[in-house]
Amino acid sequence: MFAYYIDLAVRSLKRNKALTALMVLAIALGIGASMTTLTVLHVLSGDPLPGRSAHLFYPQIDPRDMNGYQPDGEPPGQVSWVDGTNLLRAKRAHRQALMTGGQVPVQPAQANLDPFYVDARYTTADFFPMFDTPFEYGRPWTEAEDEAAARVAVISSSLNRKLFGGKNSVGQVLRADDVDLRIIGVLADWRPNPHFYDLYLGRYGENEDVFVPLSTSQDLKYAHSGSVDCWSSGGQENMKTAPCTWLQLWVQLDTPAEFESYKSFLIHYSQEQKALGRFQRPPNVRLRDVMQWLGYNHVVPADVRLQAWLAFGFLLVCLVNTVGLMLAKFLRRGGEIGVRRALGAARRAVFEQLLIEAGIVGLAGGIGGLLLAVLGLWLVRQQPADYAKLAHLDPMMLGVTFALAIGASLLAGLLPAWRACRIAPALQLKGN
Amino acid sequence: MDILPILATLRRHKITALLIVLEIALTCAIVCNAVFLIAQRLHRMDMPSGVAEHELVQIQVVDIGDRPDAKARGEEDLAALRAIPGVKSVARINQLPFTDSSWNNSIFLSPTQTQPTLNATMYFGIDVLKTLGAQLIAGRDFNASEYAEYRDAIRDPKLTPHVIIITQALAQKLWPGESALGKTIYFDPQTPLRVIGVVAGLIRPSLSEGEHAAQWSTVVPLRFSGGGSYVLRTDPGQRERVIRAAVTALKTLDPKRIFRQQRTLDDARAEFFQGDRAMTGLLVGVIVALLLVTGLGIVGLASFWVAQRRRTIGVRRALGATRANILHYFQTENFLLATIGIALGMVLAYGINLVLMLHYELPRLPWFYFPAGAIALWLIGQAAVLGPALRAAAVPPVVATRTV
Repeated sequence: MFAYYIDLAVRSLKRNKALTALMVLAIALGIGASMTTLTVLHVLSGDPLPGRSAHLFYPQIDPRDMNGYQPDGEPPGQVSWVDGTNLLRAKRAHRQALMTGGQVPVQPAQANLDPFYVDARYTTADFFPMFDTPFEYGRPWTEAEDEAAARVAVISSSLNRKLFGGKNSVGQVLRADDVDLRIIGVLADWRPNPHFYDLYLGRYGENEDVFVPLSTSQDLKYAHSGSVDCWSSGGQENMKTAPCTWLQLWVQLDTPAEFESYKSFLIHYSQEQKALGRFQRPPNVRLRDVMQWLGYNHVVPADVRLQAWLAFGFLLVCLVNTVGLMLAKFLRRGGEIGVRRALGAARRAVFEQLLIEAGIVGLAGGIGGLLLAVLGLWLVRQQPADYAKLAHLDPMMLGVTFALAIGASLLAGLLPAWRACRIAPALQLKGN
Repeated sequence: MDILPILATLRRHKITALLIVLEIALTCAIVCNAVFLIAQRLHRMDMPSGVAEHELVQIQVVDIGDRPDAKARGEEDLAALRAIPGVKSVARINQLPFTDSSWNNSIFLSPTQTQPTLNATMYFGIDVLKTLGAQLIAGRDFNASEYAEYRDAIRDPKLTPHVIIITQALAQKLWPGESALGKTIYFDPQTPLRVIGVVAGLIRPSLSEGEHAAQWSTVVPLRFSGGGSYVLRTDPGQRERVIRAAVTALKTLDPKRIFRQQRTLDDARAEFFQGDRAMTGLLVGVIVALLLVTGLGIVGLASFWVAQRRRTIGVRRALGATRANILHYFQTENFLLATIGIALGMVLAYGINLVLMLHYELPRLPWFYFPAGAIALWLIGQAAVLGPALRAAAVPPVVATRTV
């Protein structure tokens, strides 16, 4: 019966090609636009570290003076050197890493390559095991190397390709800002997006090419980049004592109990610092996990959200359009439906048959929409935004596209089919 | 033309009529807001900077390794850049318009105030105003004795400068209706700064504080070496040549450094607003697609109605209605539906605008968008219905005598 209905539907659709094309085009345009923006939204609001992100937390405390104090204010988004190292050394979490961003000039040994700047991350050792970074060659540095401010570096696979042709470069020298660093590890391709661990340096896009122990970077006075927030003037020459927040601290807490105990540790720490006179405000702490931290920072660009709403508005117009056209089409076949009903077709059978016709329009619209979405995403990738390169269709969004297309056209077919199957057979036959 | 028979007919096609009305309403609402968004983006991209944009060139070079002689080297660089033919002025400035990375300070109006009044950006370097071409409209530029060393100023609040130049927009915001000259602002309680000059405009490097704060800028007399960019002012036609000459001169002085930026300020502006340009293109695309879908939808439905009423049309023609009567009938019908749709669309457009105002920094939809949107949709409706209506008018009276 199903095959017969499909045959009937195809015949009916063929009868009025322009109209069928119009319906398919409307659905395809609506689906194409929605899927393009939805895919971008999906990619941008994705989990950068699936499986691990729920155990990674970002402690925030409020070390500022009473200037500008508001009782319900948020603590700063980063930590100062003193607090960062205090919390790091306390080792109250399973793992913890203190880090900040920077840029270093790399001076290749090859004469034919000019020196160039790369983004760098200055961090303590737990960064690698905590974020589960894959290594192509070598190893991360150890806590002892952190303590000793060892002249070591881990580099990205793309920098390894550029400097060493992709060969195992462990033990080689990386000359950075006139200092020789020993390469001890090469990362495999690792690009968590959004760039969750430091949102102050571009939220999407490429990751750092050079990783250096935080202590080493401070010894060598490597240039810092990122946000620096200071709350009183003076004393900003030495960033290790300055009243400024400029580092990110991440901790790994595996159980709810660990979370609770770490949170009370942060409150306790704030109280202690207040008693010592370093802090002036009442304890104000936050302990957000990765996804909460991304949500709090509204990491998805406002324009992308606006585009998604726009696309759904467009899809709605396309659907209303399709409902109207289908209604007109089905009602015009009153005669045919009347004959079928008079010959004994159940109302339900007519309804099913018309819905199948709607579904076929949806399927064709879905295929068209998919092609348009592929084209749309290609256009998005040509945009200058930092997230543009990430816009690719994945299997899940492919499924969503077809589900949305067929669902939307079935929905659009529902009212017309219902109206059409309620045609009184006798009346139609009389009219003819 | 009598509209009563039209209404009577539409009553028999309630759902279809309602769908057309709904489609027109949605299209009207979205198109009004999309056009408004485009206008906002265009306005934003056209934002005045207050500087001599077409005459400026940015060269950013960074040293490798620790350079204890950075100050002397900076002087050499500046001298070499000044010697390039066609260069009118050179300065080393901490930040530049349209570079998206900004140096901000909280501004207080009294040393005892606990909440800052606002936050404004801070430009510094020697000859900032002269090189950027920012127009002084009151007061004076800094004199040589007022400059302080940046390195000293961050170490000790007592060594910070005591005078400041601000933009007119900032002056108006801080002291509405008063002259800003001679007034004092504070970066913090220990740092009073007396306003000695007001410039017509000087845009912030970044718009992250919102467009309303785009012109909240200050200039302070601080000298520095290391960091920032060289800015060269020259004739618009000379810029490309000056960039090449400057790079060569700087490389000759010291080959061991990295050129991070070498571009005109026009390029910087174009890059800065790339996102807005892309969004504008996208909005135009959506508007065109929407109008197309709606127009084609009207064509489709009108064609159906015409086909459905062929016999009725034939009867009317047989009873003496002219072709023009039939044509007008369908045109009036479309006009009626469009009008209801547009009325509904206006309400919807206003609602969408309110939501957008809540979530984005957007002003209220200006009134003239409503009549403009209405006229556009009326025209599209009439254009779409013309084909089917002409086909209806061509129905011969003899159709009335046929059974099917």
